[in-house]
Amino acid sequence: MVRKLSLVLLAACSMPALADVNIYSARQENLIKPILDTFTERTGVKVNLVTGAADELIQRLTLEGANSPADLLIAEDVGRLYRAKQAGVLQAVKSSTINDIIPAQYRDSEGFWFGLSLRSRVIIYDKARVNPADLSTYADLADPKWDNKICVRSSSNIYNQSLVASMVSRNGVAATEAWVTGLVANFARNPQGGDREQISAVAAGQCELAISNTYYYGGMLNSTNAAERTAAQAVAVFFPDQNGNGAHMNVSGAAVTRAARNVDEAVQLLEFLAGEEAQAWYAEVNNEFPVRSDVAASEVLQSWGTFKADNIALEQLGIHNAEAVRLMDRAGWQ
Amino acid sequence: MDKAPEGALSSLKTGFSNRLPTLGILLLCLLLSVPVLTILASVTNSSDGVWQHLYDTVLGDYVTHSLTLLVGVGLMVLVLGIGPAWLVTMTRFPGSRILEWALVLPLAMPAYIIAYTYTGMLDVGGPLQLWIRETFELRFGEYWFPQIRSLNGAVVMLSLVLYPYVYLLSRMAFIEQSVCVLEVSRTLGATPFQAFTRVAIPLARPAIIAGLSLVLMETLADYGTVQYFGISAFTTGIFRTWFGLGSITAAAQLAAVLMIFILFLILAEHWSRQKARYHHTSNKYTRLPQIELTGWKRAGAMTYCILPVLLGFVIPFVQLSMWAVDTWHLIDKESFLTLFFNSLELASITAVIALLLGLFITYSKRLRPTLATRGMVRILGLGYAIPGTVIAVGVLIPFAWFDNTVDAWMREHFDIATGLLLSGTLVAVVFAYLVRFLPVSLNTLDAGLGKIKPTMDDVGRSMGLKPLQILRRVHVPIMRGSLLTASLLVFVDVLKELPATLILRPFNFNTLAIRTYELANQERLAEASSTALMIVLAGIIPVIILSQTISRSRPGHDART
Repeated sequence: MVRKLSLVLLAACSMPALADVNIYSARQENLIKPILDTFTERTGVKVNLVTGAADELIQRLTLEGANSPADLLIAEDVGRLYRAKQAGVLQAVKSSTINDIIPAQYRDSEGFWFGLSLRSRVIIYDKARVNPADLSTYADLADPKWDNKICVRSSSNIYNQSLVASMVSRNGVAATEAWVTGLVANFARNPQGGDREQISAVAAGQCELAISNTYYYGGMLNSTNAAERTAAQAVAVFFPDQNGNGAHMNVSGAAVTRAARNVDEAVQLLEFLAGEEAQAWYAEVNNEFPVRSDVAASEVLQSWGTFKADNIALEQLGIHNAEAVRLMDRAGWQ
Repeated sequence: MDKAPEGALSSLKTGFSNRLPTLGILLLCLLLSVPVLTILASVTNSSDGVWQHLYDTVLGDYVTHSLTLLVGVGLMVLVLGIGPAWLVTMTRFPGSRILEWALVLPLAMPAYIIAYTYTGMLDVGGPLQLWIRETFELRFGEYWFPQIRSLNGAVVMLSLVLYPYVYLLSRMAFIEQSVCVLEVSRTLGATPFQAFTRVAIPLARPAIIAGLSLVLMETLADYGTVQYFGISAFTTGIFRTWFGLGSITAAAQLAAVLMIFILFLILAEHWSRQKARYHHTSNKYTRLPQIELTGWKRAGAMTYCILPVLLGFVIPFVQLSMWAVDTWHLIDKESFLTLFFNSLELASITAVIALLLGLFITYSKRLRPTLATRGMVRILGLGYAIPGTVIAVGVLIPFAWFDNTVDAWMREHFDIATGLLLSGTLVAVVFAYLVRFLPVSLNTLDAGLGKIKPTMDDVGRSMGLKPLQILRRVHVPIMRGSLLTASLLVFVDVLKELPATLILRPFNFNTLAIRTYELANQERLAEASSTALMIVLAGIIPVIILSQTISRSRPGHDART
C-alpha cells in the first residue's frame, strides 16, 4: 500500500510538461531561482529545477543517457563544464547572439558551454602585517619568505585544481609541481574549511595570506554577521600577476545537454541569462563579475579597482585538471 | 556453524516456512542488494594505474585516518553510551528521569550540522577565540586552544551524535534483563560494579555490538564532517578518486574495500561469540530495584550523564537558535512548510517500509537460517557503511538501465516512448534510503528477535499457530519496543540524510536537509541554521517517543514486588 502511495506521489511530481526547460543546476537555488522566475514571467516558459553538486549531476546525466529529462546543465566552475563535455552529455550551440556577448576565452571553442559570471582567485592579505608591495605573483607564494604564513583550502576543491591546472597549461607539470611543493611548505596549517574560513584565519592572525575567490570576500564584506564583516575589513584583496598573465579567472556557466528535448527554450534561456538584465542580477547576487563588459559590476567589486585578468582559454583548465590533481597529491597538498 | 536452537524449532522450519513468501523476500533482497553488489563487482575491473598512484601518495593517509576515526569514535561511544544507560536504568539521582530520554536527543542532530556549529563557535575566527584574544590582548599562537577542525575534532563530533545508538540499545538490553541474574551475582559476592561489568555487560553484548556496529558503519560512511574538517579519509578519498582522478572504477573499488573491511569486522565478532546465544535469561520479572545514589556518587553520576546531552545537544541547539533568530528576516518562509512536509513524508514512508521488510527478512532468517538467508542479511547490512553518494550511483545505474531498456523495447514494439519511469522519481529516492538504512532496521529487529527463546515458537506451534500467526501474535507483541525503535531510527536517519536525496530527487523537490546544505555550502552557516533547527526539532519527537517506549518495554514493568 505504501508502495502504491509512493507511486502516486512520483506521478504527481516527476514528469515535467513538455515545453518547460528542465535544469540540472550546481548553482544553488537561492542564487538562480529568482532569475529563472523572471525568465518565466517574461516568456511564459516554465522552468523546472534540480540542484546538486556538479559532478553528481553530470554522473546522473551520463547514466540517464538519451532519455534524461534535463535540457540545461548549470555548473559553477569551468573544470566541471569541461568534464561534462568530455562525458559526452552536452551538445554544441551556435548562437550568434551569445557569441557576440561572451568573450571567446570564457566559452567553449566549439560552443559546448558558456561562462555566465566571472570570479578571480586572488590573494587576501592581512592589512596590518603585510605590505602589499611585497606581494607580486602566484609563483612568489612558494618563496620561503612566506613560510608558515599561507592559508588555503583542500586540494579537493575545484577552484584550487583549476588554478593549478592553469599553471600546468602554461609552465608544464614539473615546474608546477615544484611550485606546489614550495607553496605547501609555506602552509600555516593543514588545509581545512572553505574560502571564508581562510579569510577569517588571516583576520584572526593564524596566517598572513589566504587564497580565495573574490565573491567569498565580497560576501563577507556584505555579511549579516558582524564578526564576518569585521574580519573582512581587516584584510584586503591583491590581484596577482598584474605585470604578467593577469589574475586567475574562472566562470560559472551553462550548457545545453545532449538529451535536451527543448533545445529552443534552453537556448532562449541561455540568451536571457547572458542578457543585460540577468547579467546585472546574476553577478550581483553572489558578488561576481558580469561576463559582459557593458554591464557594471557591483559597487563592492568596483571598489577594489580595475585589474588585469588572465586571458587563458578556460577550457585549458579542464584539459589539465587530472594532471593538476595528481601533482597536488604528490606534493602533499591535502 | 549454527547449531544452537535445535529441537522443535527445526520441525517448524521445514514444515511451515514454505508458507512464508520466502521467494518474494529473497527477490526483494536481491533487488535491494544490487547497489552493494554493483560496487563489490567493481573489484574485478582494471583501474589503469590509479591504484599505483593512490598507493604512492594518499592511500596510507586514507587508511590510517579512517582507522583512527573508527577506534576513537568506537571507544568514545562505548564510554558515552553504556555507562549512562546503566546509571539511569539501575540508579536514581536528581534529574535521572529526564536524562533517561534526554540522553537520546543528540540522535536528532546530524553530524555535519554539529560540526558546522562547533566550528562556528570554536574556530580561530569564532566568537570564543575572538573573546580570548580581545580580553587578554593575546595574538593567535600565544595561547593554547584545541583545534576543532582536526582528526580528534572529528572523533568528538561524530561520537557526540552517534553514542545514542549504543545508549539506546544497551539501555534496552539492561531493562529487559531479569533482576534474578543480577541478584544471583550479588549473592555470589559480586559488588554492584562487578554485577555491571561481569554480568550485565556480557549479557547485553549483542545489543551493545549492534549499536556499536551502527556507529562504526555510520562513521565510515560519513562524508560531511570529514570533508568539512579537511581530513583525507576513505570517504573523501572515494570522491577525490572518482571526480578528481576521473576513475569511477577505482572509486568503486575503494568503496568495496570499505565494505569488505566491515564484513570482516562483523564476521570476526560473530566468530568470537561462537556458539553463545543470548536469550532472555528468565521469565521472572520484578520491578527494577533502582538504587538511590548519594554524596559524590550522585554528583559523579549526574555529571557523567549530563555531559553527553550538554555537548551533543544543548550547546549546539542553543547556538543554532541564536543564529536562527539573527537571520530569521532573511529566510524564505514560504517554502518552509513544504520543505518540512517533504522531509516528513519521505521519512515516514521509508520507516514503514523498512520496518515491514526488516521484520519479514529477520523472521525468515530465524525460520530458515540457511546460508542464503544469512548471507543475504549480511550483504544488505553493508549498505549502512557506504557513503550515500556511492549508494545513489549504485541506484542510478540499475534504475537508468531498466528505464532505458523498457523505453527501447516499447519504442521498438509499440512505437511508444516511455522515457524514464523510475529514475528521477521519489521511488528511486526511497529505494536508496532502504539500501542505506534497512541495516538499521535489520540490526535492531535481529537483536530483538534473537532474545526471544526458540521455545516460544514451539509453544505457538504446539497451539496450532502458523508461522505468520506466531510472528503476529507472539513475537510482535513481545518485541514491540524493537519494532518501534527500528522504525523511529530509520525515520530520524532519513530526516538527516543528504547525499542520496540530493542526487536522486525529482525536479522542484527539496527537503530540509537540502536547503541546509545549500546555505552551509555557500559558507552561510548562520542562514542555514533555521532549517537545521527544523531537522533537529522534527527528530526530537520521535526520539522522545523512542525513549518512552523503551522505558515501558520492560516485560512486567507494572509488576509490584
